[in-house]
Amino acid sequence: MATGILNFRKKSFKHGVHPPEHKSETNGLPIRQFPFAPVIILPMAQHIGAPAEIVVHEGQEVSRGQMLAKAGGYVSVPIHAPVSGVVRKIANVPTISGKMSPGIYLEAFPYSTQVVEEGMPIDLETATPDEILKGIQDAGIVGLGGAAFPTHVKLKVPEGKHCDVLMINGIECEPYLTTDHRVMLEQGEDILTGIKYLMKCTGAERTIIGIEANKKDAAEHLASLIPEGDPVSVEVVPVKYPQGSEKMLITAILGREVPSGGLPIDVHVVVVNVATTAEIGRLLPHGRGIQERVVTITGPGVKKKGNYLIPIGTPLRFVLDEVGVDEKVSEVYMGGPMMGVAVSNLDISIVKGTSGIVVFTEKEVKRPEKVYPCIKCGACVEACPLSLNPSQLGILAKFEEYDTMAEEFNLLDCFECGSCSYVCPSHIPLVQYFRLSKSIVRKRRAAKQNGGNA
Amino acid sequence: MEAMLNRTLNISTSPHITKGSSTDVIMQNVVWALIPVALFAVYSFGMSAFLVIATSVISAVLTEHFLCRISKQESTIGDWSAVITGLLLGLTLPPNFPLWMAFVGGMIAIGLGKFIFGGLGYNVFNPALVGRAVLQAAFPVAITTWFPAFGEGRFTSVSVSTFTAPFMEPAVDGFTGATPLSAFKFDNVTADSMELALGQITGSTGETCALLIILGGIYLAARKMMDWKIPVAILATVFALSGILYLVDSQAYPSPVFMLFSGGLMLGAVFMATDMVASPMTTLGVVVYGAIIGLLTVVIRIWGGLPEGVMYAILLANAISPHIDKMIRPRVYGTTKKKASA
Repeated sequence: MATGILNFRKKSFKHGVHPPEHKSETNGLPIRQFPFAPVIILPMAQHIGAPAEIVVHEGQEVSRGQMLAKAGGYVSVPIHAPVSGVVRKIANVPTISGKMSPGIYLEAFPYSTQVVEEGMPIDLETATPDEILKGIQDAGIVGLGGAAFPTHVKLKVPEGKHCDVLMINGIECEPYLTTDHRVMLEQGEDILTGIKYLMKCTGAERTIIGIEANKKDAAEHLASLIPEGDPVSVEVVPVKYPQGSEKMLITAILGREVPSGGLPIDVHVVVVNVATTAEIGRLLPHGRGIQERVVTITGPGVKKKGNYLIPIGTPLRFVLDEVGVDEKVSEVYMGGPMMGVAVSNLDISIVKGTSGIVVFTEKEVKRPEKVYPCIKCGACVEACPLSLNPSQLGILAKFEEYDTMAEEFNLLDCFECGSCSYVCPSHIPLVQYFRLSKSIVRKRRAAKQNGGNA
Repeated sequence: MEAMLNRTLNISTSPHITKGSSTDVIMQNVVWALIPVALFAVYSFGMSAFLVIATSVISAVLTEHFLCRISKQESTIGDWSAVITGLLLGLTLPPNFPLWMAFVGGMIAIGLGKFIFGGLGYNVFNPALVGRAVLQAAFPVAITTWFPAFGEGRFTSVSVSTFTAPFMEPAVDGFTGATPLSAFKFDNVTADSMELALGQITGSTGETCALLIILGGIYLAARKMMDWKIPVAILATVFALSGILYLVDSQAYPSPVFMLFSGGLMLGAVFMATDMVASPMTTLGVVVYGAIIGLLTVVIRIWGGLPEGVMYAILLANAISPHIDKMIRPRVYGTTKKKASA
């Protein structure tokens, strides 16, 4: 039955860690539609780049799928109504970063059929690459793996460069999360359609779908759907964190190294998350925009764990109320436990970049852990996927030698995967040091540049 | 929902999970790995050895606690590293070593070997070896006066030198005997390898039973609490170099097996050179570091004025270790060449 190419590999990238996966708790649960919240709260800044600009007014009735805000520039995307209802209020709304963002409070019509209207379809055969890119932007598509970077910007191959491989990222290396796993099992056709659009707009010669060995069923399913002769293959790699990072994935599968400070296109690769690909394949033929996304809601503190199709803008409080939360809840994360952000406010909403909600109880959150001095055991050096020296960087951070960290020890290459903190026996908050150091270095450099220009 | 609303959520920075390893647990395990070695020392040398080891452990822990208190810091004895220092120091001393000298050794090991550098994590040298080096310089006779193993009545009486009054030189002990290394050095007599491996010889308290030291090392390496590449690099270098010499002239030079199992090499290679703080972090760095220790040990033992050279070999390599880490840096992902060392 399987006609597509399916390869199992032994090779991976260097270093990395193996946190307990905890995926079996939700990876067998099919995607279920989540109920509509009575009020949807939509922040306009839910992607990287300029916030979307609101085009509706208070009191206006909107239908599901209607554009509520247009892209605020090239690096920006529009936002669509996830539900038919009325714009109750336009005001600042809280976001996970703690900053307020312009936003829309949308009150759902309780008895509406919630039918989504057809838009202007993007025809795969006749559309030009630029029309496809425009279609992707108009659909409000951003990286659904968590980065929330506008996908059309990433897909635009710069002048003088070319893309030979389109890499579809189905790694999902964060523990607990099974969003991409379920999407691959249930939306295989959408993924293949999405790949066709993506190959056309990037000009890629072939496509590789990268999947970790803990999702063999998904790999086999996708391979079985690929028509014979299509330049699409499925590559299965050994489980290792952080393989879902673009750099690690490219190295694991192609053996190419993205240069320090560079982008995947520098080694002729464009990487797109698998759920993002599925969404492109699902929306573009109908000219619709994103109204909902798949979110894994899991963790020891959740009663009804599962993979849910949740309308964008659903308040977190409503989500947790629906699934039921253990009374000993301690922390709630947006994203996985390795790179996810702890939520400080339940009035924030599910946004396009929310791939999972993980709830930990007092039992899992052990604090305060005693911080010992660095004993130079080298565990972090063995864990860092970029072969940085977190121990040395940590000591330099303590002495506030931020410029040395950046200039001599490649601080700015760190993408904060957390592997060093995960293994550190002295419980040194290395990633937190690096986050802070990076922002200080960036500020200093910006100040220097401004000073030079003035 | 109500419960949810009534609770204050905690926030922390990612990652929100850890592997669960902990520095104090690593240190405790090193202590467990050393216990059989210490027990064998007590079994073979009796009461005197027990008192020497206990004194240096107590001295190291008290010194650490006291120094933390007078510098107005929280006491760090809970991290167990002072216990290791005391144990290692005690295991490198002769069993009949005067207790007051052992106590001074523990104070020096912690004070001079660790505390003045900034405590755990900042020491340049293995603290126990710093203590021993100072003792060797200060009390050259006491530290080379040995006591035979398996003496009659070793559990009921102690060596006459054990309770020497502070600041007094010990009385010459009637039971002193030559260690295999000094016998070779000065009389060109080598001991039987089987006896060496099983500890049927005289020597410092914890240096005599190579087998138990190796078992302790395997335990730590299996739990990933010790870098096995360090002792392997040291022992391989010693074996190779002394093997070449032995092939050249088997009369003048000792056999490589004798070299491996005599003196403090095994204890030094497995438990002291592997001090994480004072050894390099990269694989290549660790191999270079081990090779340097092996080379220096052979050179000092064969051509130096002392019968044993492991201690100085490790101390010298400790001093070089930061430079090894500076020079041998793994290539950072996405860069073409190594950055110039700072």
